[in-house]
Amino acid sequence: MIPPMKVSSIDFPNNFSNNLDLSWDLEAFKKNFNVVITKLTKLNIEFDFIGLDASIANSLRRYMLAEVPTMAIETVYVKYNDGIMADEVLAHRLGLVPLKVDPRQFEFSTPGENPTDLNTLVFKLDAFCRKNTKALKDAVHPSEKYLNSSVYSSNLEWVPQGEQAEKFEDVKAVDEDIILTKMRPGQQINLEMFAVKGVGQDHVKFSPITKPGCYRLLPEIKILKPILNEEAKLFQSCFSKGVIDLVENNDGDLEAKVVNPRLDTVSRNVFMHPEFEVDVESSGIYPPHVIVKEGLLGLIEKCKKIKEALE
Amino acid sequence: MSAMLEPGQIITTFGPKVQLLEQNENDDSCATFQIKDEDHTLGNSLRYMLMKNPNVTLAGYSLPHPSEARFNLRIQTDGTIKPLDALNKGLDDLIDMFQEIYDKFDYKLKLKDYILEEDAEPDAE
Repeated sequence: MIPPMKVSSIDFPNNFSNNLDLSWDLEAFKKNFNVVITKLTKLNIEFDFIGLDASIANSLRRYMLAEVPTMAIETVYVKYNDGIMADEVLAHRLGLVPLKVDPRQFEFSTPGENPTDLNTLVFKLDAFCRKNTKALKDAVHPSEKYLNSSVYSSNLEWVPQGEQAEKFEDVKAVDEDIILTKMRPGQQINLEMFAVKGVGQDHVKFSPITKPGCYRLLPEIKILKPILNEEAKLFQSCFSKGVIDLVENNDGDLEAKVVNPRLDTVSRNVFMHPEFEVDVESSGIYPPHVIVKEGLLGLIEKCKKIKEALE
Repeated sequence: MSAMLEPGQIITTFGPKVQLLEQNENDDSCATFQIKDEDHTLGNSLRYMLMKNPNVTLAGYSLPHPSEARFNLRIQTDGTIKPLDALNKGLDDLIDMFQEIYDKFDYKLKLKDYILEEDAEPDAE
């Protein structure tokens, strides 16, 4: 008997009485393990890990969320701010702005030491709001009546230090349309900001994953006995749209077939109808290219660090 | 007569990262290691890999306190190997596993047989 796949695995040596060899075997793992990438967009990746324990998938998820480093604004020097937003609130908002720069080009800064061009990015924000003299007389909206009434992340100005100007093309916020604060005529903001390298463990602003990086077990729907005609329609209605398809079989009857279990939400609605003989269980593992790779490399590094300590 | 040890007292230190906690002097088949600046991320995957070793009878980990960055790892073997060797093997196996996941992921990424949107950058390193 091969042990069934569970969320928490039970396929360990000495767990079963039939002398099944369940000890770790790299060659067997290489044969059994598979990665299926289904989709890659600019910001998202969707892939399956087949034949991987939940503990390993979860380690990767945790590592990507909390330990893959990014750059974020850490210190804000307020030279002038008479906007509606208090200094500390504005500073907090600035910290959360994602910066488009490769963090691997930087070092972690050590507390108490002076920042250098190897570990710190400097930004400037200088905004002054005034009345728009060219505005139409019947203009109502502040964006028409005033100039600079909204301060956007595109207003952040990068000040290259040392060799940074040669090393990097242009450092700016990932999204240029984040409203940082709003102002009214006469108000002025003048800030200098230091961005450093950090990890999500310290503050979420350093996390490279914006939407929660998540994985789930891929639903597996097994139809144990053919489901026909009216019952098939009812069966189809128990699952999310696109999971079950009705096809005409050789006898001319409509038969329910599983076409895309990925779309299922595992609502378990089908169990309300005892006439269906189905088995809904989970197998395989599901999470969101470079972050994943960095995560895996980081985990390898983690293990090596412990090994070094033991020697 | 040896002095009584305080519960959880550190008796051996493997650098600042790993420490060996108090154990029964007459039994060298079990040990509790304390690993610093690590959490469930390493703890759970290491526990899984240790349990995959047929000579390990018990492997478990716990975080003594959620706001302290350390975890305790208990390893008990059947006597044929030392807990320290089991831990070393577990780490080696874990490295092999992550390397295999990395290699396969990298290979599949280069195949490009998935839905690829126009703005995606699959070749970015």
